[in-house]
Amino acid sequence: MKTNELIAVLSTNIEPVDTRKLVRKVCAAILIGSSVALSVAIFALGIRADLRDPGALAFLFPKLVFALSVVSLASVYLFRHLRPGGEFRSGVALTALPFLALMILAGVNLTSAAPSHWEHMLLGGQWLECLISIPIIAVVPFAVIMWAVRFAAPTDLTRTGALAGLLAGGVSAIGYALHCTDDSLPFIALWYGATIVLCALTGAVLGRRLLRW
Amino acid sequence: MTTEAELKALMIASLRGDAAAHRVFLESLSGHLRAYYKRKLGLAGRAAEETEDLVQEALMAVHTQRHTYDPGELLTPWVYAIARYKLIDYLRRTHAAMSDVPIEDVGELIAYNDHDAAESALDLAKLLTRLPEKMRLAIQYVKLDGLSVAEAAARCGVSESSIKINVHRGLKILAASIAEKGKHEDE
Repeated sequence: MKTNELIAVLSTNIEPVDTRKLVRKVCAAILIGSSVALSVAIFALGIRADLRDPGALAFLFPKLVFALSVVSLASVYLFRHLRPGGEFRSGVALTALPFLALMILAGVNLTSAAPSHWEHMLLGGQWLECLISIPIIAVVPFAVIMWAVRFAAPTDLTRTGALAGLLAGGVSAIGYALHCTDDSLPFIALWYGATIVLCALTGAVLGRRLLRW
Repeated sequence: MTTEAELKALMIASLRGDAAAHRVFLESLSGHLRAYYKRKLGLAGRAAEETEDLVQEALMAVHTQRHTYDPGELLTPWVYAIARYKLIDYLRRTHAAMSDVPIEDVGELIAYNDHDAAESALDLAKLLTRLPEKMRLAIQYVKLDGLSVAEAAARCGVSESSIKINVHRGLKILAASIAEKGKHEDE
């Protein structure tokens, strides 16, 4: 086929295009995904019983700060990567910041405690539940966000998929934090950190396949 | 030679639904894309005829992804990113060892122009037969026969918005099927 013929076909009867729809769609997906993750955590797992206790709120706080900062950074970078060439102008290194900060705090926390407490601080009571719950709760937010990102045209599929996975993992961690009663910083750094990173890695692998255009 | 400002003005007009501007836009782009791919494939030791396949793939991508352009940004980097993405995708499925394309100055894309068009191996009529009936008809009526969306909707017995959606989805599938085709032929 001649290129002129293709151009004639493409430019026949074109419709006006809404360039803001993309951002709206991804925003909606993030909101829907988050609502699903929160509902699963609240209705399927149940909120921790001691939440009325002011002490429990103080324990919940670091988890929420960590997960929320992961979610905010992942969202910011995901939006930059939606359009072709987004990766030329934007790094992703900052998304590691919440993880590093939490690991440093956890390290300080461990070194200031007696080694006999370390096992309990690291494993808590429910490390297995945490390891399983966060990735599972992340499935629906990830699917919804990826569905919206397919409407975009990212040119770095691995990174975009990883950011979607990171975002879904963070959203899932917010939900799981409402249920989880293991409150030590080393526990959060290890299990929350590892499961969210796992979500990001899964997203990176799937992004290469699912986001092609 | 077209510049960033000229191309961007055409793109903005085309986003508002100006078909004439869209046509001029794609025509100017095709010259830049051809020059870009000729240089790139030349370096990669490929025949010049393949250039036209890539030019057309990139034009389809620019067309079907134009909703991802942010009018607040420069146009050249957006086009360059699409051109490079399609080049990498193409090299990956035809010659994996050469798919490492460094990021260059985005201005490189519009610095050169080449209007010496060859014919591509792409066969639109053949590709169309693989589409689901409703998409094939929507594209046939609106894009090939030049019927208005309202006329096509009346002829197909569906709403105007479903004609628009079918045209858009159909073109996206066509663009994707070109890439898939190359992939399978090599495997």
